[in-house]
Amino acid sequence: MRQDTAFRNDSLAKATGRATYADDVSFAGMLHAVPVYADYVAAKDLRVDAAEALLSPGCVRVITAADVPGQASFGQIEKDYPMLASARIRSWGDVCAIVVAETRAQAKAAAALVKITATPVKPVLTIDEALEPGAPVVPAYGDSNIVTHHRLRHGNPEPLFAGCELVLEEEFTTQAIEHAYMEPEAAVCVPRADGVVEVYGSMQHPFSTRRFVAAILGEPLSSVEVYTISVGGGFGGKDDNAAAVCARAALAARLTGRPVKLRYDREWSFRETYKRHPYRLRYKVGVSSEGKVLAVKATMHADSGAYLSVSPWVTWRSTAQCFGPYAIEDIHADVYAVATNNVFTGAMRGFGAPQVNFAVEQLMDMAAHRLKIHPLGMRRINMVKQDSTTVTGQKLSGHTVSLEDVMNQVVHEIGFRKKYEKCSFGKSDTDELYGIGLAVSYRGSSLGAEGMDFCSCIINGQYDGSLMMEVGIHENGQGSESTMCLILADELGTDLKRVRYRRSSTSAIPDGGTTVATRGTLMGGSAVVVAAREFRQLLSGHLAERLRCKPEEVTFHDDKIWGLNYAYSLTWEEAMRELFLQRVTPYAFGTFQAPPVSWDDTTGQGDAYFTYVYSCQAVELSVDRKTGKVRLLNIVAGHDIGKAINRALLLGQMYGGVTQGTGMALMEEFTRDGGKTDCLNFDKYQIPRMTDMPQMTGIIVENHDPNSLTGAKGIGEPAIELIAPAIANAVYNATGVRYTSMPIRIKPEDLA
Amino acid sequence: MNTITINGTSHELRDDELELSLLEYLREKRFMTGTKNGCEKGLCGTCTVVVDDKAIRSCRMTVRKAIGARVVTIEGMEAPDGSLHPLQKAFIDSGAIQCGFCTPGMIMNAYALILRDPEPARETIRKAMKGNLCRCTGYQQIVDAVESAAKVIREQGLSPKAGRP
Repeated sequence: MRQDTAFRNDSLAKATGRATYADDVSFAGMLHAVPVYADYVAAKDLRVDAAEALLSPGCVRVITAADVPGQASFGQIEKDYPMLASARIRSWGDVCAIVVAETRAQAKAAAALVKITATPVKPVLTIDEALEPGAPVVPAYGDSNIVTHHRLRHGNPEPLFAGCELVLEEEFTTQAIEHAYMEPEAAVCVPRADGVVEVYGSMQHPFSTRRFVAAILGEPLSSVEVYTISVGGGFGGKDDNAAAVCARAALAARLTGRPVKLRYDREWSFRETYKRHPYRLRYKVGVSSEGKVLAVKATMHADSGAYLSVSPWVTWRSTAQCFGPYAIEDIHADVYAVATNNVFTGAMRGFGAPQVNFAVEQLMDMAAHRLKIHPLGMRRINMVKQDSTTVTGQKLSGHTVSLEDVMNQVVHEIGFRKKYEKCSFGKSDTDELYGIGLAVSYRGSSLGAEGMDFCSCIINGQYDGSLMMEVGIHENGQGSESTMCLILADELGTDLKRVRYRRSSTSAIPDGGTTVATRGTLMGGSAVVVAAREFRQLLSGHLAERLRCKPEEVTFHDDKIWGLNYAYSLTWEEAMRELFLQRVTPYAFGTFQAPPVSWDDTTGQGDAYFTYVYSCQAVELSVDRKTGKVRLLNIVAGHDIGKAINRALLLGQMYGGVTQGTGMALMEEFTRDGGKTDCLNFDKYQIPRMTDMPQMTGIIVENHDPNSLTGAKGIGEPAIELIAPAIANAVYNATGVRYTSMPIRIKPEDLA
Repeated sequence: MNTITINGTSHELRDDELELSLLEYLREKRFMTGTKNGCEKGLCGTCTVVVDDKAIRSCRMTVRKAIGARVVTIEGMEAPDGSLHPLQKAFIDSGAIQCGFCTPGMIMNAYALILRDPEPARETIRKAMKGNLCRCTGYQQIVDAVESAAKVIREQGLSPKAGRP
């Protein structure tokens, strides 16, 4: 199956403005809610005085933690994130109250009258402050600001450094990043006659949202129905906070008995929502004169902010992939997540890998330069190959380890070797310095040993020959529904027009896990295959007699169902009618369980992921010596994604991921001065624009993966995780200056 | 009575509507939700509409300023028979749509561009549309779409005007 023109089941609606996002939903009698923040970074004795606000025109209710029938705080791992703060303020993004009024303007006016008082306490603002002995303990649980510590012990590096030709000791830092999806959070919640609260929300995971909503209401999961609706981007960012927005609206709906809309201003979204973890990464790397990396010690600290969210999982990925796609025999790593009073950090596309890659892929170039080895050769002798053992002790078998091939294809496409010779390295007759750089990565697909990994699909045949399907993966804009439609049409040999992706809800299909970790196509697609097998088997059994053959001889292709040797066939209309006459429901349910993985927490050893995506990205750029401004000239991205299903959308994921990674490399920084930010909208927080990006080329490498029933892996996160170090390497090759902090900001004096 | 023309239909404006932003008026008073609200500060371009053939950020324009003007929104791009404007078709076919939240604003800015420049170069497209942010696509397929729609309009002798067959 290969779709060469773009296919989306929602593109007509999106191109005509008819696609419905949460803020586009309205109900008769609907109230409007807004959040209330307090101007504290850390405080105790929180008091909310709503007396004056309640007298404001149109104000219906002011809701605080005291009104919560269930849990005011919740979370995916620790239940520490306050959907409504009570007693303590731990970050500037904490929501202290929800004001509900007849109109949004009235809600905003009343919110301004809510008086919040508290006693400020000394905030913890940096990793170093958090680690100081006697530092105030930020989390509500536990007794330390070190909220996660992952260890990896593979071999014994320490005695080997003395015998190395080169020992590098380097520190890298990365910044907080805002997801900056174009649609701010919004939720509309409706109390239904049957007692269920309906949720229409801009959220990434309906099932995760349902857990937050049920928690705040103190009601069972069955009392909440979260509907799929168009979502204006997520990138990992529409989980905890977006779910809390839905939960707050649901609480307001429950308490008032009316539909409630809670729509976020961009400023609230920037202020409150979790960011990408800033990292400090310290590496000691020992290399032989031939460029073989012999010993590595890595220590990383990630700023988890005020709440835990998924920090243990983000930092786990950094541990399992702590030295890029290189087979190192002697390596130790310690990766910590540290609580501070900064706005919390959580899932963002890449999930602990972009930070590590920024360090590792520069270290490889640094070592190559010092040893006068070609950066490609340096990578080639260290990289994982078929049957290599990873730093977690995993043997890479059972799928094609194509890293070298992917790198070769990118190198060839961009003309790396010749262009590398032309790099300025700080010397140029003009003001323009030229550089080319690249980076490689491998990325464990899906959750790996981080969580339970399974997903299901429902196929519901109709008696007119049409087919409805749904999968426990959520459409966030990436095109998952379209991919699932294509896979089903291929599996059943039907015309794509026959397949309708059913608008799903948490009450319609079992929880298929969150739409994260580049697992949608892999896990959801495989679930479609399982369900399609069941469906074909059901149909074969009941149609064989009409097709004058045995059930195992029935085949499905060319939009028909066939008997042996094409003697007899049925149209889908005839086949479905036949099942009706036999009083059989053409319905199938299939679940795909991820292949086994393993992990030992004490040693950081195990089969971390059941398969990997192999990637290489390269970039050409110029640096203006007078201004330090970087101009990107050309980018090539190559990824072995197993199998392409929707080619145009696959390329779109590559271009989009590269662009987000470029923002991280060169412009984006969510400032957190004193725990507060002035990045509240797209003026202070700049993301890449059309004029910032060059023409990009995507190279699709297809080695069908036996671990995936479609052969396809995924592209969401591989696309974003390695352009930043490629840019940093190209900047070095242009300027001769190494930048170890993101965003890379080149001052003209650096180039003097 | 003050009036505003939206997608060829004239609407009488109440006095209490004049100080609303055009965005708020479209979404909350006319229930035309195709125009999106991304930042409300004129920074992201998602709310772009075309007013008297120029791309305007509807969050930054009051209804008062649009009195008597001809406003075209995403809802007005299709022809009366429901056929798509070449820009809409090109966005679909080029894979220029992911989450779709920036799409109406992108299409409207592109529409204003091809009205004034029927043969925009890729660099021209990028410069003209750099005020429209997209976080999903990396922009490349959006540039492809605008370029190919302009080509289709030229080569097939179509009217670039919104709402025309």
